[in-house]
Amino acid sequence: MSARGKKLELVCPAGTPAAFRAAIDAGAHTVYCGFNDETNARNFPGLNFSTEELATSVAYAHKKGAHALVAINTFPRAGAVELWHKRVDDAAKVGADAVILADIGLLDYASKKHPNLRLHLSVQAAAANADAISFYARAFGVKRVVLPRVLTVQEIAAVNRDIEIETEVFIFGGLCVMAEGRCSLSSYATGKSPNMNGACSPASHVEYREEDDELVSRLGGFAIHRVGAKEAAPYPTLCKGCFEAGEYKGHVFEDPSSLDAGALIPQLAEAGVTALKIEGRQRSRSYTEAVVRNFRKAVDDYAAGRPVVGGALRDLTEGQTTTAGSYRKTWR
Amino acid sequence: MWNAKDIPLFPAVGAAMLRFAPLTPLSMAGAHLVKTLIRRHPSLFSRLGEQADKVFLIDPTDLPFAFRLQPHLEAPTLEAVRREDAGLWDARIGGPLAALLGLVHGVYDGDALFFSRDLVIEGDTEAVLALRNAIDNEEIDLASEIAALFGPFEHVAATPARKVSSAVGHFFGVALTRENENHA
Amino acid sequence: MTQRFSLTVGPLQFNWSADAFADFYARIADEAPVDRVVIGETVCSKRTPFYEDRIPAAIERLQAGGKTVVLGSLAMVTLEREKRAARELFEQTALEVEINDLTLMNWARPPFSIGPLINVYNEATLAYLAGQGAKLFCLPPEIPFASVEKLAHAANQCGAVPELWAYGRIPLAISARCYHARVHGLSKDSCQFVCDKDPDGLTVNTLDGQDFLAVNGVQTMSHNYCNLIGDLDRLAAAGVRSLRLSPHTGDFVAVCKTFADAASGAISGAEGLARLKVLAPGADFSNGFLFGSCGAAELAPA
Repeated sequence: MSARGKKLELVCPAGTPAAFRAAIDAGAHTVYCGFNDETNARNFPGLNFSTEELATSVAYAHKKGAHALVAINTFPRAGAVELWHKRVDDAAKVGADAVILADIGLLDYASKKHPNLRLHLSVQAAAANADAISFYARAFGVKRVVLPRVLTVQEIAAVNRDIEIETEVFIFGGLCVMAEGRCSLSSYATGKSPNMNGACSPASHVEYREEDDELVSRLGGFAIHRVGAKEAAPYPTLCKGCFEAGEYKGHVFEDPSSLDAGALIPQLAEAGVTALKIEGRQRSRSYTEAVVRNFRKAVDDYAAGRPVVGGALRDLTEGQTTTAGSYRKTWR
Repeated sequence: MWNAKDIPLFPAVGAAMLRFAPLTPLSMAGAHLVKTLIRRHPSLFSRLGEQADKVFLIDPTDLPFAFRLQPHLEAPTLEAVRREDAGLWDARIGGPLAALLGLVHGVYDGDALFFSRDLVIEGDTEAVLALRNAIDNEEIDLASEIAALFGPFEHVAATPARKVSSAVGHFFGVALTRENENHA
Repeated sequence: MTQRFSLTVGPLQFNWSADAFADFYARIADEAPVDRVVIGETVCSKRTPFYEDRIPAAIERLQAGGKTVVLGSLAMVTLEREKRAARELFEQTALEVEINDLTLMNWARPPFSIGPLINVYNEATLAYLAGQGAKLFCLPPEIPFASVEKLAHAANQCGAVPELWAYGRIPLAISARCYHARVHGLSKDSCQFVCDKDPDGLTVNTLDGQDFLAVNGVQTMSHNYCNLIGDLDRLAAAGVRSLRLSPHTGDFVAVCKTFADAASGAISGAEGLARLKVLAPGADFSNGFLFGSCGAAELAPA
């Protein structure tokens, strides 16, 4: 069966109410965001939504015929699960169209307490095959899974053949090299866990310093990059760092580059994907505006049978280079 | 789509002339601007949280002076200083004036400017991030902020302010009034 | 003296030769004073064919040595053959299986245990899995002591055993990409199994020359070795009932004996630590995730 003409849902990030409106106005079908605390995986200073801001934003989305999703996708700390429960209740109360969860205990809570609230499985749950996904669908009634960035397009197609629920895949933005929700690298260097505290490479532990004409970035005191004056600077994430291992010196894990799978939209549609996700709740509204507009045109072009053009957004990306990541098998 | 490589620099001749300019009037205008800004954008503070007590050095690298910003809730200040007199600060944000203005106005993306090395960050990274995110949410329109400086005469000042910032924006290649933004 | 903890030998994380594999488990079976042994590939399914024919004999010998044998499972299941193999763990043996990827929940039959790579961060998740039949939880190595106290209590309440990663390099991340292959300029598909060159993992240094991480195929580990031998009193007080010792080269039976002696109170934590320093002279020890500022922190005294 050909997917030609299929309408893909564009799921866009918002770190602030202003970015939320910018995403909707630029053509987002759906916007995802989080509360301003450790209950979501982009818990950065100055970012995210109070309950009141979320209520206003959800109403704005609905007025414009768009959807709003709320990510509550960290793993509740032992002894503090009430905060996460409250956030699920808050999201339900303001009329969010779905919550994006990762923790089993929280999924169990949400499915029992809010049987009518739609549940999406966060990429942080790292459900990478049809059987893992089916477990979450069966146990908690999950309706959509955000696929980990470890699968090829062929593997995504195989997953979609074997599951009953929708899939959402990342199309653009920051690229985790490790299986998400299963990575303690940042926690190892800083003591702040992305899984529990909601921030990879927390700014409180990042230091930039100019040393001998090089920009040196350190995380928790560990040097992770040295870049020359004219080179593109990367995020201070460990998995994109420059290290030495045996004889090898360089990016042991991944080059500082971002995902841009725009050119693969037709293949992803044919692989049975329902929605395309843009990463970047930590980015500005100008980023949101530009990326959403660009990808809305791409999915509209695809739906109308026009050729899809990609690659116009390189300047916005980390390292200013892009990759199709795990979607192509050679990446491994 | 804007391109980071196109960020214009303040003309060297102008910068050389400014080297001898008295900073007091600039500091007075700055103090007034930041007070007005904070009155008009109270949510800036809820976003800044405890970072509001930090000292920021806003450093337009193509100008002969920088700005010390203390967004403190009760006594906010924005003071023009020579670099050598900048004193202690918690965080420094450096880059061409156009990049800094564009950032405030929301036409540039902070991370992209950082990747392209147009923006330099030093010191307290958490404070920088909080300030950047808080400002980005305010949808600051520099023209209306300048107009607001005129208090009760705001409506009288609005049109000239818009014209001035439009001219300034044109000069820098950055749209500084919302009407100029191109939604094509 | 009574044992305050049961001891588990965790699955071998590295790519050792079939002979080294068989010898290791023969010695553990005959000489190590441990209660449980988890055996089987957890990192990379491409390694399995080299030694899988040695597993049945190893299991038999371990059982003859009085050990409870638990089958380990892959950290990340993606391929069809990996799923099949995971399913067969439950369907073709009667042994207890340790789940390291929730994919296996589809076929899990009690009793099963939950490995350290499953995200059990809170009481609700623990209770859910215990309700499905989990009888032992090896908690995620990155959780701080405050969480350990709460989770150990919750596990004991559910009648499950709370276990902690107590010795060895800590698994920090898993990827679809092989870093051993990458640093040797190879692709994962034609990796030539270069991870066998580093039987304890390949250390990764920062550009400042600091020892930092270790690479083990698709897995990234801590450079330092977790070592909780000096912390047994507070772990016992928190309700932790089992310790996991993760295999390394050298005299691992002696490592097990040292922990057994410290667990029974025959030697002090300090004496245990001194012995372990001799047994693993190249290792930097840490208890940072539990008691320090971060996982990479130096060993903090009890």
